[in-house]
Amino acid sequence: MGSAAAEKKILIDIQGVSYDYGHGDVLKDVSFPINSGDFLAIIGPNGSGKTTLLKIILGLLKPRRGEIRIMGKRVEDFKDWKKIGYVPQKATHIDSLFPVSVEEVVSMGILSSRRIPRYSRETESRIFKALQQVGMEEYINRRIGNLSAGQQQRVFIARALANRPKILILDEPTTGVDAHTQGHFYDMLHRLSGEEGITIVLVTHEVGIINRHVTQVACLNQTLVYHGNHDEFCRSEEFKRMLADGHHLVSHHH
Amino acid sequence: MDAIFHYGFLQRAFLAGIFVAIACALLGVFLILRRDAMIGHGLAHVTFAGVALGLFLNVMPLVVALFIAVGASLVIMQLKVKAGLHGDTAIAIFSSVGFALGILLVTLSHGFNVDLFSYLFGEILAIETSEVLFSVVLAFAVVFLVVLNYHKFMYMTFDRESAKASGVKVDRLDTLLTVLTAITIVLGMKVVGILLVSALVVIPAAAGLQVASSFKQAIVLSTGISVSSVVLGLLLAFILDLPASGSIVLLSFLAFGFLFLFRRTRG
Repeated sequence: MGSAAAEKKILIDIQGVSYDYGHGDVLKDVSFPINSGDFLAIIGPNGSGKTTLLKIILGLLKPRRGEIRIMGKRVEDFKDWKKIGYVPQKATHIDSLFPVSVEEVVSMGILSSRRIPRYSRETESRIFKALQQVGMEEYINRRIGNLSAGQQQRVFIARALANRPKILILDEPTTGVDAHTQGHFYDMLHRLSGEEGITIVLVTHEVGIINRHVTQVACLNQTLVYHGNHDEFCRSEEFKRMLADGHHLVSHHH
Repeated sequence: MDAIFHYGFLQRAFLAGIFVAIACALLGVFLILRRDAMIGHGLAHVTFAGVALGLFLNVMPLVVALFIAVGASLVIMQLKVKAGLHGDTAIAIFSSVGFALGILLVTLSHGFNVDLFSYLFGEILAIETSEVLFSVVLAFAVVFLVVLNYHKFMYMTFDRESAKASGVKVDRLDTLLTVLTAITIVLGMKVVGILLVSALVVIPAAAGLQVASSFKQAIVLSTGISVSSVVLGLLLAFILDLPASGSIVLLSFLAFGFLFLFRRTRG
């Protein structure tokens, strides 16, 4: 871990986390911090425990051992979920016939966190701004099911951004998105990270995702195989081994 | 035509019918999108046991049915979540057992009589003032709670995991939605009867969903279709001396058929 990263504020602290589904460990004693300003990629082959770790961070699963601290609070006590923008894996659990407009999808993020939801002018402008940030404002009245995979992904990012989060956590964000769109996608994330100061966490099985925008890499394979900055990772044995194993070539169709 | 509105019984029928129609359509949209459309059918059968118990004990059947339906809805939900039974299995079992229990109780007491038939087939034109009050207050409460939690319900129906990750208490809201459905089924029973109440929950919502391009549109269309079916159905029943329940359900089916064909021909 670089010294610059150590000076940064720890937003999410993963401490000795283990998990099993009843037949062998999925995660074994994983510890690493996610610091403010990081553009972190959590990578690992299929079945390496990435998704499990993500669910544990989001409080959807309870670790068998260890704990997660978010902004200093234990995840069970953490209430301010608006600060954590979660972008699910596209289309895997979305019904394409579901009658919901882009505007409504983005509004879910804002209004579901209010006790008395009221669609005010301020809500409207926050929705519009979030869509502008991902370049989707002209699609505001379209039905989400009529958009392409990449466009849907950007709308889900807008939904997370509408709550002005400190961290954006994206699960396999470029699955099913063509290479050209992927390029734009990373430029957009880079802009969010640079201009808005949002910490970005990507979870992926594709080593090819590690590009110039990523500053930190956490490599999982049940245990934490590697954690450090991007340049060091590219020179590391793990990276060479993963490339040799062809992880960057793995494509996923859901 | 004006004369129609001078009849007290017709006014009562309209008042209760419209409120219940709104509650049914609102819940219907969520239930269909959650792939839970059959729960209304199952709960209606359980409601039959409640009515039979009320008639058997000679205490208000509507109130007994309400408690039985709410209790059963909670058990069905628990079975679905914890017992590893698929949603439909729990509903299918409860639906038949509810009906069997009802038949047993009815036979044990006075046998089949007019009272029971009015619950089975609905007799909204004979609704009493106290029942109107009961229906309107409860239907209003259902609509209020759905509207208050509208965005949360929409979020968890569309994308449950993200909703959960954003701190939406999905388990608690599941329970709320199930209880509201049970209440609505009991209220709907008074309008169209046990045998047709699930149609009032499912058909107007299914019709609205044919053409809606946003959630708001789905809700507005479904509610509109539901209310119009009840209003027109009651008028038809009054003018042509037809059964109100059958008219209401067939009218909503006409709306569904029309919108279904419209969507298919539009591509």
